[in-house]
Amino acid sequence: MVIYGVYIVSKSGGLIFNLDHNVPKIETEKTFSYPLDIKLHYENKRVSVEFGQRDGIHVGHVLQAINGMPVSGRQLDDGRDVMEVLQNKENFPINLQFGRPKMTTNEKIFLASMFYPLFAIASQLSPEPKSSGIEVLEADTFKLHCFQTLTGVKMMVLADRIQAGIDILLRRIYELYSDYALKNPFYSLEMPIRCELFDTNLKLVLEQVEKTGTLTV
Amino acid sequence: MSRSTARIDVKKVNSELVTLTYGALVAQMVKDFDNVDDVSKQLERLGYNMGIRLIEDYLAKTATGRCLDLKDTADKIQSAFRMYLGVQPNVANWSPAGDEFSFILDTNPITELVELPEEIKGLKYCNIICGVIRGALEMVQLDVQCWIVQDQLKGDANTEIRVKFIRRLEDAIPAGED
Repeated sequence: MVIYGVYIVSKSGGLIFNLDHNVPKIETEKTFSYPLDIKLHYENKRVSVEFGQRDGIHVGHVLQAINGMPVSGRQLDDGRDVMEVLQNKENFPINLQFGRPKMTTNEKIFLASMFYPLFAIASQLSPEPKSSGIEVLEADTFKLHCFQTLTGVKMMVLADRIQAGIDILLRRIYELYSDYALKNPFYSLEMPIRCELFDTNLKLVLEQVEKTGTLTV
Repeated sequence: MSRSTARIDVKKVNSELVTLTYGALVAQMVKDFDNVDDVSKQLERLGYNMGIRLIEDYLAKTATGRCLDLKDTADKIQSAFRMYLGVQPNVANWSPAGDEFSFILDTNPITELVELPEEIKGLKYCNIICGVIRGALEMVQLDVQCWIVQDQLKGDANTEIRVKFIRRLEDAIPAGED
């Protein structure tokens, strides 16, 4: 019973709120000797595993640190290039830390606005007239639930496939939005929601859903 | 949905608090503006800005669907009056084309303790309600005009608020809703 995240997209398709909730942190640290027996490559400003999955290090995981020193992009914090360090035999044995890549805010904004046309296309593709857009999108590791209000705001929840009670949760999030975001005189419509009360109340509700599987309102 | 009507009015406050706060606001505005008409206009704008936010609250708490005719809309606004002002107006005076109707309020909580002095007789004291109705309906893609026909403050027996349907804002309807 896990909820991975909550997203709110405004009427015009911009991401106005996102919350990462309870995404399990996966980090593996391992000492390697020369030569390195997994293939790494550099893509999208990240050094990630291309091939050679083992010991909890999966294809797609990102190199986070070398000998405890954080990696940013393809550079170590002291300015050395990651690839060069890994090719130099003198640096071994070496301790590498891998983890699941984290989405940056920019990527989230990008994906949220990508969902917007998908939603619209779905309603146009429908064989029946007057169809809604995408309400549930299912993959093998998660389900995306989307609820569009009459005014065009979309509430989205990413959750575990077996998580129940999401319909009620989405309505509850809408209520929280109308209470804590819209009734805040200093919040202007269509702008990102930066309201602490909204955050705390939302977290309370999410915890309640995860604990009991339902909302008792 | 499992939502029952029991939840709708959780937090109640004395209507006099609203009356007094609103009164203070209007009194201040009358002081700030030279012209009574400007005050009426500002009250309408204020209402509009409240309406575009309030509609979300209404929709979230009642879980109603989209209106398909104006009668439906009238019923829903009527229930909104009950939710937010604690009064139930009558819906009356339908135009033959069915695109205009009135809300008749025999008691109006926001004017309960109010008398208009002679020099500002022209003030549309409850214009805020017109603004709220217009703003809220605009967010659900209905363009309406809204004005006060009768006013208890001006010696009429009831307060009458007229609503006229202008058009549906087709291009503003969100995808997957039209």
